[in-house]
Amino acid sequence: MGRARAIAIGLALAAAGCGGVQSALNPAGPQASAIAALTWRFFILCGVIYVLVIAALIWALARRPTPRDETAEGQRRLGRIIAGLTVLTTAILVVLAVSSVVAGRGLISPSGPGAITINAIGHQWWWEFEYQDVSANEWVNSPNELHIPVGVPIVIKAMSRDVIHSLWVPNLIGKRDLIPGIVTHTWIQADTPGVYRGQCAEFCGHQHAHMAFLVVAEPRDRFETWLQRQRRGAPQPSTPEQQRGHDVFMTGPCVMCHTIRGTSAASNIGPDLTHVYGRQTIAAGTLPTTRGHLAGWISDSQSIKPGNRMPPVPMSGEDLQALLAYLETLR
Amino acid sequence: MSEPAEPRARLVVERPDAPRPTDAELAREHQRLSETWRVPKGVLGWFMVVDHRSVGMRYLVTAFGFFIAAGILAALMRIQLAFPENTFLGPDKYNQIFTTHGLTMMFLFAVPVMEAMGVYLVPLMVGARNIAFPRLNAYSYYMFLFGGIFLFTALLTNTGPDTGWFSYPPLSGPEYTPGKRADVFAQLVTFTEVAALAIAVELVTTIFKLRAPGMTLNRIPLFVWAMLVTSFMVIFAMPAVVTSSTFLLLDRLVGTHFLNPAVGGDPILYQHLFWFFGHPEVYIIFIPALGMVSMIITTFTQRPTFGYIALVLSLFATGFIGFSVWVHHMFATGLPQMGLTFFTVASMLITIPTGVQIFCWIAALWKGRPQFATPLLFVIGFIVIFVFGGLSGVTLAALPLDLQVHDTFYVVAHFHYVLIGGAVFPLIGGIYYWYPKMTGRMMNETLGKANFWTLFVGFNVTFFPMHQLGLMGMPRRVYTYPAYMGWNTLNLISSLGALLLVVGGVMLVYNLVHGLRAGAPAGENPWHADSLEWATSSPPPVYNFLEVPIVEGRHAVWERSPDRPVVTGLRSDIREVLVTDVMDAEPAHRDQFPEPSIWPFLASVATGAFFVASIFTPWAVVYGLPPIGLTLIGWFWPKKPAGEHVAEMMAPGAPDPVAPDLHA
Repeated sequence: MGRARAIAIGLALAAAGCGGVQSALNPAGPQASAIAALTWRFFILCGVIYVLVIAALIWALARRPTPRDETAEGQRRLGRIIAGLTVLTTAILVVLAVSSVVAGRGLISPSGPGAITINAIGHQWWWEFEYQDVSANEWVNSPNELHIPVGVPIVIKAMSRDVIHSLWVPNLIGKRDLIPGIVTHTWIQADTPGVYRGQCAEFCGHQHAHMAFLVVAEPRDRFETWLQRQRRGAPQPSTPEQQRGHDVFMTGPCVMCHTIRGTSAASNIGPDLTHVYGRQTIAAGTLPTTRGHLAGWISDSQSIKPGNRMPPVPMSGEDLQALLAYLETLR
Repeated sequence: MSEPAEPRARLVVERPDAPRPTDAELAREHQRLSETWRVPKGVLGWFMVVDHRSVGMRYLVTAFGFFIAAGILAALMRIQLAFPENTFLGPDKYNQIFTTHGLTMMFLFAVPVMEAMGVYLVPLMVGARNIAFPRLNAYSYYMFLFGGIFLFTALLTNTGPDTGWFSYPPLSGPEYTPGKRADVFAQLVTFTEVAALAIAVELVTTIFKLRAPGMTLNRIPLFVWAMLVTSFMVIFAMPAVVTSSTFLLLDRLVGTHFLNPAVGGDPILYQHLFWFFGHPEVYIIFIPALGMVSMIITTFTQRPTFGYIALVLSLFATGFIGFSVWVHHMFATGLPQMGLTFFTVASMLITIPTGVQIFCWIAALWKGRPQFATPLLFVIGFIVIFVFGGLSGVTLAALPLDLQVHDTFYVVAHFHYVLIGGAVFPLIGGIYYWYPKMTGRMMNETLGKANFWTLFVGFNVTFFPMHQLGLMGMPRRVYTYPAYMGWNTLNLISSLGALLLVVGGVMLVYNLVHGLRAGAPAGENPWHADSLEWATSSPPPVYNFLEVPIVEGRHAVWERSPDRPVVTGLRSDIREVLVTDVMDAEPAHRDQFPEPSIWPFLASVATGAFFVASIFTPWAVVYGLPPIGLTLIGWFWPKKPAGEHVAEMMAPGAPDPVAPDLHA
């Protein structure tokens, strides 16, 4: 199963046309690009220094000392060389520090006004992205999948519901911790359309390893279309099977934790499922959204992501099929 | 006592014209001193030992035991991460294992092993008969041992801490880590901090007050300087982590809410306190290693230490700057930019003193003719690895860069480069170097060289790929990863490298054990080294030096005058030691050192029971403190005055017991 799942998600990401979908070396936004440029400056300069130090070491080990080295003049000369190297070290550090500070200033605030504001909320072990700028009755909540329009800065309000997490999309932005009790602001921008993978970077317990999300950066009009669709609630079940699935959901344990807008399910312990089948992955980037994976997840999520907060939901095969049929309508 | 001691009222320094003691007199002195400073035997005696060599050796062996245990944990992690989606260890086991690995390496290996080297070597290097506060030293060892047993008992009973070695709240708080796992973390810290603080105090006192006459400040061996700086850093850094872990324990035990954001507590405060300790901790581990490197280079180039003053000042500068860089562990928390800039600059600044030392060592190798014995190989390996780790540290100091690589495998690579390359390589070099002194036998040189190359190659194969993994987005502390991330090959290479490290570790252990039986006899000074520990037999006698030497130069052994002046007038029928002053090591007065005692052990049992009980109930304070008090009363119960010694000191008009002038 592991291999099939890997291939499925891998294909989904590769289809977006990126080499490293979670790599700081493959920047696709202004912040990651500025950091990558700085990184290469540091690497090249530090690499040159390293080669010189090791060359000096090899020379020192290979060289045959001369009597002149032990004279007072020889000692003084060596002392002067070391003093000179120390001054040089300091000068290089000044250059590095200044270039770091200059690059750092560019990361503080976006160049233009933020197009929209999104709340990024960390949970054990999934992500919630709330789109603030839509009216209250058109609440948009997109767990584990952050959609952004290309080319504009998006303001992110970072917060956590439980423990400390860290938001990180290497292709777009460096880390920002999500700290309970504190709201901090950062911003994100993608210049190239594509799907990027983000992952929690601060150890947050059992399933820290499976706390990923996707960033879908798309042209403005496609983004608006997506947002429009997200604003809608769930459709009414249209077949008897879907109706039965709906009833299973509303009378079973599902409703205790999840929201499906347009129905009576309105709990926010687990991810919002209003558009669950429209997202590329389930379980915070762990599985591709397919009927089979969804069935496996509902029946025994603990064997897929041990320790996660969703209990096993035992039900008859017919109920499960009906529930899946209903969930498939939530796009 | 075989015979009453000759009463001598004054400490005098033997002069060239004074008659040398005859061999018979020296033999008698040896017998008396052996009797006075004897190490108690038997099972009960084992728990009474207060002698710094025995305690230091126990510390070393125990710390290496924990090193092996933590190494096994690391090997398990590398097995798990060798393949994507591996199911060798689940998240529950993996999280306990990586946390215990980190805690063990930091608290039960790296810091204790460096302090153990200090406990063993510093008194010998400064020409003292024992370490200051020898009973505290014994107490410290038992606290350390109990702490380690406590942690591994917890791990083996599935209660191992699983929130990482810095265990940030609220994850480690009562709500998100019910059970006792995080309490084990908090109390392990307490155990080891008590042990470390005790040694720090002993070493500072030993270095300040027990140096042999003539060992003025500018003649102190560099390893001793390094241990002094480290000890001060321990004294300033450890209280911060004791505070943070006590906050955590209290939050968990009695609901104090220091760190609970839901009611106004502050999880960021914990991070500040932890890293105010946590970053200096790295230098606490690394600075003793720098001292070892300087000593080894001096010996294997057979030249006076090049740039002694620069090296000493660099150690101090590192110690100071080390306390102003902690926020670079918190760049991602969203602190104001201006403040972060300060910490970027401070973190880069620390490169300068380290750079000075590297330059001095390379200069020393340049103008000397190095002998490529195993200890020096490890030092050269240290330079090659550590300079790389230092430069990757510069990249981490840069805020923007850090935001990308923070908490990724890049950081894992970096700190293994500086801790294994920067501290463990010099330490292993130091073990090869001082093993003859400690055991009287040489380790196998051929095997030693093979050992070096195995570890050097194994280390780089294991940890170099992690830099790239981090840049390619692999966070640290993940128990598995999907196969499509492009991390598979690098992880597999890293795991294969770990296999080489295991082989290197086995070679080292074999060489250590084999040398005990089969090593060539070492003699007093097999490397023709310069410092005082080589001026006594190998292994040193229980009293360290038959005659307390007088130091005549920076390189005490190389600069001894032919008449070899020594201190006389110290009594050998009681544990009398010479106390000198801080600056010039002029004799100040005499002190009587304590006899072996069971009380430090009993006190450590009482303290340990209190620490363990306090993770279960606040009543531990009520029932746990009285036994500690009782054992301390036993420990400090006044002794009968040692006869004439005290009488002489107290008699009106008695001659001044202080030596008049060494240089007269």
